[in-house]
Amino acid sequence: MSDQVKLTIDGISVEVDPGTTILNAARQIGGDLVPPAMCYYSKLEGSGGKCRTCLVKVSKGSEKDPRPMPKLVASCRTTVMDGMEVQNLTSPEVIEARKGVVEMLLINHPLDCPICDQAGECDLQNLGYAHGASGTRYEFERRTFDKIDIGDKIQLHMTRCILCYRCVFTADQITNNRVHGILGRGDTSEISTYIEKAITNDFSGNVIDVCPVGALTDKTFRFTNRVWFTKPVDAHRNCPTCKGKVTLWYKGEDVIRVTGRKNHYGEVEDFICNTCRFEKKKTADWVIENPTPIERTSVISSNHYDTLIPLPVIQKNKVLIKANEEEFARTKKI
Amino acid sequence: MAQKLLLEHDHVPDIHTFDVYRGKGGYRAVEKAFKAMSPDEVLEEVKKSGLRGRGGAGFPTGMKWSFLAKPEGKPRYLVCNADESEPGTFKDRYLMTRLPHLLIEGMIVSSFALGANTSYIYVRGEMMPQIRILEKAIAEAKSAGFLGKNILGSGYDLDLFVQPGGGAYICGEETALLESLEGKRGNPRIKPPFPAIAGLWGCPTVVNNVESIAAVVPIINDGGDEYAKRGNGKSTGTKLISASGNLVKPGVYEIELGLPVEEFIYSEEYCGGIANGKKLKAVVAGGSSVPILPANLILKTATGNPRLMSYESLSDGGFQTGTMLGSGGFIAFDEDACIVRNTWNYTRFYHHESCGQCSPCREGTGWMEKVLHRLEHGHGKMSDIDLLVDVARKIEGNTICPLGDAAAWPVASAIRHFRDEFEWHVTHANEAMERNYVNGQ
Repeated sequence: MSDQVKLTIDGISVEVDPGTTILNAARQIGGDLVPPAMCYYSKLEGSGGKCRTCLVKVSKGSEKDPRPMPKLVASCRTTVMDGMEVQNLTSPEVIEARKGVVEMLLINHPLDCPICDQAGECDLQNLGYAHGASGTRYEFERRTFDKIDIGDKIQLHMTRCILCYRCVFTADQITNNRVHGILGRGDTSEISTYIEKAITNDFSGNVIDVCPVGALTDKTFRFTNRVWFTKPVDAHRNCPTCKGKVTLWYKGEDVIRVTGRKNHYGEVEDFICNTCRFEKKKTADWVIENPTPIERTSVISSNHYDTLIPLPVIQKNKVLIKANEEEFARTKKI
Repeated sequence: MAQKLLLEHDHVPDIHTFDVYRGKGGYRAVEKAFKAMSPDEVLEEVKKSGLRGRGGAGFPTGMKWSFLAKPEGKPRYLVCNADESEPGTFKDRYLMTRLPHLLIEGMIVSSFALGANTSYIYVRGEMMPQIRILEKAIAEAKSAGFLGKNILGSGYDLDLFVQPGGGAYICGEETALLESLEGKRGNPRIKPPFPAIAGLWGCPTVVNNVESIAAVVPIINDGGDEYAKRGNGKSTGTKLISASGNLVKPGVYEIELGLPVEEFIYSEEYCGGIANGKKLKAVVAGGSSVPILPANLILKTATGNPRLMSYESLSDGGFQTGTMLGSGGFIAFDEDACIVRNTWNYTRFYHHESCGQCSPCREGTGWMEKVLHRLEHGHGKMSDIDLLVDVARKIEGNTICPLGDAAAWPVASAIRHFRDEFEWHVTHANEAMERNYVNGQ
């Protein structure tokens, strides 16, 4: 088509529809040059622009106006222009700024991954691993909050929250009234519902799926298992409220959790209803499709590949070699 | 004494009432604009005057007005930003207290130029007396026929409303102000779109500072060219300066832009020198957000020219050796003032006022405050100083709105110019504590 917009990201050119954001243009190219996004969620209108991890440098504004943009811009909210040149990984300025943002996101995060249900599928973990520093320079007490129950199925643990606002946008989209929002200001602001009321909506469980960290968790799954011991399987059922396309998480023969189907960027394809999520936990309820494709680099797929090459340290240590072999045998059985 | 344009009659008794204000030549600008000029001609005069936004950024007002989109079938709005809450700035409050009708007159003429039939004055929530004064003045103007339907028989309607804010500094940022005005949480929007395209309720909107709108009145009365003759270079006209700190005569002064800083501080006409015969140590020239400058750099630029009170001269030398005119909150510090304590105090403010929307500002302002608190209270480390510089650098420019920059600049500039004092706080922690807290400051 002739009305496509041409731009280059890190020197790689791509043609996209007018009105596309830089982030989505980068996702069309794929690979490492896609800026990480903690708050942007393509299914949620108005999301994005808040976490600042997706900052990129626009070194050439457009063909008409080639001036560079004066500041780094949030790629999730900046639309592309014809002839735009964007630098992500090739700009030291961007790398530096992103490192700063990751550090800021982590200074008040409890880093309680060993007891957090999200560990293993946490966007913040991945972000910290890819872009963060190994240590922290923050030497003060981290902020803490009490846990709040939002209804009998969802628990909110604000201490872990990075205030991405995704759940707020979700609640705004699924309900007519404002029931879920932000209280307070600055670094003491917190997600809350109206006087700790339950969100009474068939789709309220989706706030769990959109949460990039372990702040909103499924109370029917909490503390039952680590995600990397479970096996995800795509399945569907004929649901009167939602499309019924889900991922079942198996431990042995039991379905221990149901979530929406997430893509490569951690975004669900379709929102699912609470009945599918919380109540249909038998294999008989579902039509199984196929195992969910999981990135090889994800911890969820660890030990699920026969050709997995153990880390060098495991290859040398005799005790670990034996443990590894046993683990191999056990996973194969599952 | 230079002729005043805004505060000419501010000491007349009862000038806040309609009759006295009218008796002193008030509402002439409305009559002139409505009877002899078209909206475009008013805009042209404002453009010619070279008036620059008085809220802090200094963006040319005429240009801002000409960016206003004019789609068919959509209303346009003018919003006056009276959410003055920058530490060290109190000029708008004074203007609204003494001369509410000057602001209303400016609002009428500006709304006429922009074709807005509904306009708002968004006043900071703490300014309850000013809100009452404005509401009374609006009622007076309405009964005199200057507001409402068919003003002065011109066929032009204007409704003017006063909206109190909730008292958040962030609502002085124009898009946060619009959110707040719509009844939402005062979080800045992500730009673009700019308010001139999609502002209040998605309609084209102009947001102007109180002083900018008041300045439209003398521009229309005397003509844009006459106004542009005042001032210095691209800094035309007069500016209200809120002088505070260790000065003999703090207060609100109307100066002609281009006045030497030295004259402003030491002359009897203005601040009258530093209080108690002490020496000047540093100046924050434009409200707490702008970089602090030591005495030698505020009186003379790095190239040796005398520093003037104008947009260009104050920003001469960039942030290395310059600062900004900002909103005109002129804070002077004498030789006994503690820069570390003062910087900590500013950081406390920005930490408290950060809206918490984007991560660098939400987390970074709190972090800087904690580190400065530690430095100020005798538990600092040498590495804290570089840490502060680094955190400030990571906030600056990476946030949605300018509050992040405003929080980072005072810290970065204080360390740039007064690093030895920060170091002294680390090496002589007990002495510093004694000076600031035992010997009573």
